[in-house]
Amino acid sequence: MKEHLNASGRVIKAPENFLTPTDVKTVFVEGKQGRRDFIRRAFAAASTATAAGVAAMSAPAAWAQGNPIPSEGGDPNILNLPEHATGLGQGVATEGYGKPSKFETNLQRRQSPGLTQTTQASVSFAPLQSLFGIVTPSGLHFERHHQGWWDIDPSKHRFMINGMVKSPKVLTMDEIMRLPSVSRFHFIECGANTAVDWGNVAVPTVQYTHGMLSCSEFTGVPLITLLELAGADLKNGKFVLAEGGDGSSMTRTIPMSLITSGEVLVAYGQNGEMLRPENGYPLRLVVPGVQGVSWVKYLRRVEVGDQPYAAKDEAIHYIDLQPNGLHRQYASIQECKSVVTTPSGGQVLLDKGFYNITGLAWSGKGKIKRVDVSTDGGRNWRQARLETPVLSKALSRFNLDWIWDGKPAIIQSRAQDESGYVQPMYKQLRDVRGTRSIYHNNAIQSWLVQENGEVKNVQVS
Amino acid sequence: MFKFPKIALALTLCLTCLTVFSQSTKYPGVGRDATAKEVAAWDIDVRPDFKGLPAGSGSVAKGQDVWEAKCAQCHGIFGESNEVFSPLIGGTSAQDIKTGRVANLTRADFPGRTTIMKVATVSTLWDYINRAMPWTNPKTLTTEEVYAVTGFLLNLAGIVPDDFVLSNTNMAEVQKRMPNRNGMTTAHAMWPGKEFGNASKPDTQNVICMKDCVPEPKVASFLPDFARNAHGNLSEQNRIVGQQKGADTTRAEGSSTKSNATTNGASTATTAATAKPADNKSDNKAVLALLGKNVCTACHGIDKKIVGPGFNEIAKKYPGKVDYLAGKIKAGGAGVWGAIPMPAQNISEADSKIIANWLANGAPK
Repeated sequence: MKEHLNASGRVIKAPENFLTPTDVKTVFVEGKQGRRDFIRRAFAAASTATAAGVAAMSAPAAWAQGNPIPSEGGDPNILNLPEHATGLGQGVATEGYGKPSKFETNLQRRQSPGLTQTTQASVSFAPLQSLFGIVTPSGLHFERHHQGWWDIDPSKHRFMINGMVKSPKVLTMDEIMRLPSVSRFHFIECGANTAVDWGNVAVPTVQYTHGMLSCSEFTGVPLITLLELAGADLKNGKFVLAEGGDGSSMTRTIPMSLITSGEVLVAYGQNGEMLRPENGYPLRLVVPGVQGVSWVKYLRRVEVGDQPYAAKDEAIHYIDLQPNGLHRQYASIQECKSVVTTPSGGQVLLDKGFYNITGLAWSGKGKIKRVDVSTDGGRNWRQARLETPVLSKALSRFNLDWIWDGKPAIIQSRAQDESGYVQPMYKQLRDVRGTRSIYHNNAIQSWLVQENGEVKNVQVS
Repeated sequence: MFKFPKIALALTLCLTCLTVFSQSTKYPGVGRDATAKEVAAWDIDVRPDFKGLPAGSGSVAKGQDVWEAKCAQCHGIFGESNEVFSPLIGGTSAQDIKTGRVANLTRADFPGRTTIMKVATVSTLWDYINRAMPWTNPKTLTTEEVYAVTGFLLNLAGIVPDDFVLSNTNMAEVQKRMPNRNGMTTAHAMWPGKEFGNASKPDTQNVICMKDCVPEPKVASFLPDFARNAHGNLSEQNRIVGQQKGADTTRAEGSSTKSNATTNGASTATTAATAKPADNKSDNKAVLALLGKNVCTACHGIDKKIVGPGFNEIAKKYPGKVDYLAGKIKAGGAGVWGAIPMPAQNISEADSKIIANWLANGAPK
């Protein structure tokens, strides 16, 4: 299977593409009859337990053990000392740049089969199902390229400021890195994250539903510092165009109000080292809270202007189709959203008993205020623990204790940000925006834990 | 008597001057003024009000020639192709040109959205073609070619007549005929500023409810069983230790759960071994990298047709024919695999030989 995923052109069609209309009908009929009854029965049983209180549920007469005592009276991993306890290990600097353990190779960013026809205008998804905390390892950061990625010689990279400025300026990387810098944690999410699930379930795991999401510590110079250096007209120059230096020369319009707040960075650092080439080495824009397409990579130029630019990715793509046939243009903020990463689709719970439900929450409008978790498909909720740090426009990690009784459960998370906004249910989102928006799907995600422990991506009504 | 205040005033003014000026000299020695030549080289953007549009023109007829030589491989002869990118042309009508709203966008059953159905501003087409097309050789079109190709696309969509010559002087008139020119709205709360005077209230209002919030939930959508393994074996996409494992999607559901559940050292080691990618194909890997570097994979799949034939198909047809294949790679051609031509490739002799060799040997992965 691995080679299918890695080899260019060897793609398997995504389910949304190979379902014929007849198949779709079958799926929905099944959904209405079989699964619905199954879930209904399960919850009839579950609600009795809930009524009796949590105490009634915690009667682990004989939970099966995932860690049984072998018949010989002890675990051979304990009884027989391994080579690493009885031999000599490897020396320093064996790897000049250390790599993850060889046992961690399952963690890869991956393409969603059938999503795109080329690898250069495509996307790879971060393996959220296996990540901890809030920082995305740089090598697992999701990728979105419009025309392939490059590894650009930083000594030849130039940054230009022009438009409504006193004097257009040119800076080298040396000069940008001389200026006062700041380091901040921010999430970056593609506007099309979770797009495939707008209408119905289409992909199996959180990597493919939510994996166009990453969070890093970015280091760079506030764009306002550079605009002031060029003597920008901050009053009449209401918009700034950011432009990439690669083949696609991506352009996006950034509001001046966000730049004068000091939040927008011209960044060269990512998690303590330089940006990775796939993420825009040596220079990219960081626009906290705004969809990833505005974080222009290989940034070569900003232009101050008094009107928006209607760039290709503001006039043809990254526009949200509404039921009345109008497209929402310049919809850029990533609204409050969360997702449970364990248990999540494609995973298997090994046994009944204790689990730590864990997940991520984020908002383009500031800090996460609270996250609630439901294990019964949104009927009843419990408040999760928000782990520190909780930072503005960064991922936040939440955890919640859970004892699984072996019965079917539907797990959801619901985040609220400091503006008071609460992450919507699918129904609320579709009532306003329909199902053809593609972008900005921040609905509450449901994971069905089946009796056999396998977890499935589902949507509930 | 009034001499002194005058000097004071002058001093104050001068101080103000200095304060304003100091904004741009806070970091002496950092940055320099861009030359006019440098700004001209990079400042290529064109706004909806046509600021930035260079003087020039190009005919629809010329646009057709450019199109067929440089664009049709990916976009199709009529801009209708869905092989590499979404279709550009189709789905609009003469009525839409009158109203400025594309009627098909209101139809939930309409199968797709072409570029011309969506785009409201003709400047966007010109700007994007100029900066980013052709996809494998961006910024190589002349100004005349950009006008011509833009005009040709507009002609395909029935916006301008066959004998039209698009120019900087008539772009504003063409804008008035764009089929979806009235199709955009900024009435939403998702722009991070006040520049459009847009709505400030979010469009959904969920509330924090903790108990008996919704009626009994029903599963309304899930993946069918036959799609179980469509994204590859999910057991190989989860860490080998942890409170959960990945589901073995190569097996029918439920059949493997129990064997996965054993967490003794032996099974862990086996899983780790199978999870490790084989790395004994470095030569083939180098060829695959070469194919990527020379953008061959934009049009050819390893074992499937994209625009051109799959490498497996070529390998099957020409076993051992290294010289023939090397020549074809460099010169391009048409007719062997279909009507869509492969342009001549700017590739070194050595690289084309390596790829030809690999093809002649069966295109192994």
